[in-house]
Amino acid sequence: MGKTIAEKIIGEHAGKEVSAGDIVIANVDVTAVQDGTGPLAVQQLEKINLIQANNPERTVLFIDHAAPSPNKDLSNAHNILRNFSKKTGVILSEIGEGVCHQRLVETYVNPGDILIGADSHTCTSGALGAFSTGMGSTDVAIGIALGKTWLRVPETFKINVAGKFKKGVYAKDLILYVIGEIGADGATYKALEFTGETIRNMTMSERFTLSNMAVEAGAKTGLIESDETTKAYLEEKGRVDKFRTICADEDAVYERVINIDASKLEPMISSPHTVDNTNTAKELAGTKVDQVFIGTCTNGRLDDLGIAADILKGKHRHPDTRLIVTPASRDVYLQALEAGYIETFVKAGAAVMAPGCGACVGVHQGILADGEVCLATQNRNFKGRMGNTEGYIYLSSPATAAASAIAGEIVDPREVL
Amino acid sequence: MEAKLKGKAWKFGNDISTDLIAPGRLFHLRTKLPELAKHVLEDADPEFPSKVQKGDFVVAGSNFGLGSSREHAPTIIKLAGVNAVLAKSFARIFYRNGINVGLPLLICDTDRIDEGDELEVDMSAGIVKDLTKGIEIIFSPIPDVMIKILNDGGLVDHIAKYGDFKLD
Repeated sequence: MGKTIAEKIIGEHAGKEVSAGDIVIANVDVTAVQDGTGPLAVQQLEKINLIQANNPERTVLFIDHAAPSPNKDLSNAHNILRNFSKKTGVILSEIGEGVCHQRLVETYVNPGDILIGADSHTCTSGALGAFSTGMGSTDVAIGIALGKTWLRVPETFKINVAGKFKKGVYAKDLILYVIGEIGADGATYKALEFTGETIRNMTMSERFTLSNMAVEAGAKTGLIESDETTKAYLEEKGRVDKFRTICADEDAVYERVINIDASKLEPMISSPHTVDNTNTAKELAGTKVDQVFIGTCTNGRLDDLGIAADILKGKHRHPDTRLIVTPASRDVYLQALEAGYIETFVKAGAAVMAPGCGACVGVHQGILADGEVCLATQNRNFKGRMGNTEGYIYLSSPATAAASAIAGEIVDPREVL
Repeated sequence: MEAKLKGKAWKFGNDISTDLIAPGRLFHLRTKLPELAKHVLEDADPEFPSKVQKGDFVVAGSNFGLGSSREHAPTIIKLAGVNAVLAKSFARIFYRNGINVGLPLLICDTDRIDEGDELEVDMSAGIVKDLTKGIEIIFSPIPDVMIKILNDGGLVDHIAKYGDFKLD
């Protein structure tokens, strides 16, 4: 019987053949925490006097969620991570270096790896053909110390996508559509495998957008087989020697197969307060927007900023609509500077922030006022997400966000493309 | 863990996210868990943190704990004195986290339980008794691997006891 990508990777790391439903102890290659979850992970290890890292070169502590720190409590929390890094030799990713998920794919994760990270969007690295999944502080703490974790081998949903996107439709619209179809808990405990002609033709950045949001359907990870595009990406990042072909067997067993015709999709929006509450942008056109936020691990990469900059070039944000742009990483920021995107954003009236999670987490850099509406390129629109339970968050592609910043209300981006 | 747990039900709806349990606006309290616990679930029910009694139960619909991986969410539910969370289903990361911090999470049909009902949970028999209504509800067994972690008081205590995973 053939194997899915999840079964193959977990099997390799458990040292035996595995099938969906098996519970195994698996070695982990990369472990990561961030400033919201890392301090608790360190405290858990301190509690049992296990201050150690099994593989310090591939253990990364990211200061990205509240970076730079907005208050003294968080400054002290950051120092817990800095001190742990000094004691154990694990890598520290400082303020301004970027969101953990973007930094992980840029530098640390390779096809065939297992990554466990104390952040739910750890599934992003699945686009490299790595089994990457989010866990809590304690699970990852033990992974850091012992280099292993326990896993239940998930069943897999195959998301098979064919056809070409229409103009104005992007990977973000596809994943919002998929979550709308599956539901916010439709894939709980499952792995997603994105495949088909449309996925094969996507850039790595587009693939990261898909895998990033797998957890919004409840999934454990969002896997994509590695191919020439993956190889070219690793080459660009200086580690082509880490390339491996990771793919499912042709006769792999899937719990569910979902076929999607990409050519039929429209620009999509998730409305408050759940990601699966989806409509087309056209249906929501005219909704007034107080703040537009472009960035995050979902859509804060160079191509995302390029799409937004092309729309905003020579234009200005609506006088009643604030615009915040946060590049996902320092590399993205530098490339966006060189490409002239940052100048475009500043001239269009945007506040450009240091690389990191920015306004997405509700800690700083763009907290909503009571009754305000934000259109964001992030992955989550839960009540209270952006720091105020009286705020209303809509999710879209960077194109829809940029076009709406100019109009001051939600628009279908095809009107300006 | 005690075999029988007794307390009052606090009822919540579907899709109670970790943002509602431990909001991002209180990010700075994550290293001060007893402080954070004073706000547990207040964005879903403002009265809950001040009125919850030791031994009470959180009873919810489907997909409880969706969203962020923050383990602080189940930790502060436990710190508030809650005996167990009963829901129709749990988000994956929350489920692992709950067990890891020693908070029992029970999957069962919660439709017939109302706010304020007196509940008695028999952990070994796998039964929830709604004493107010006089009904019994069976809950799905917790997977063996997780029972072992739960019985050791959580994952950190499990590792402290054996120096490694001992889940066979």
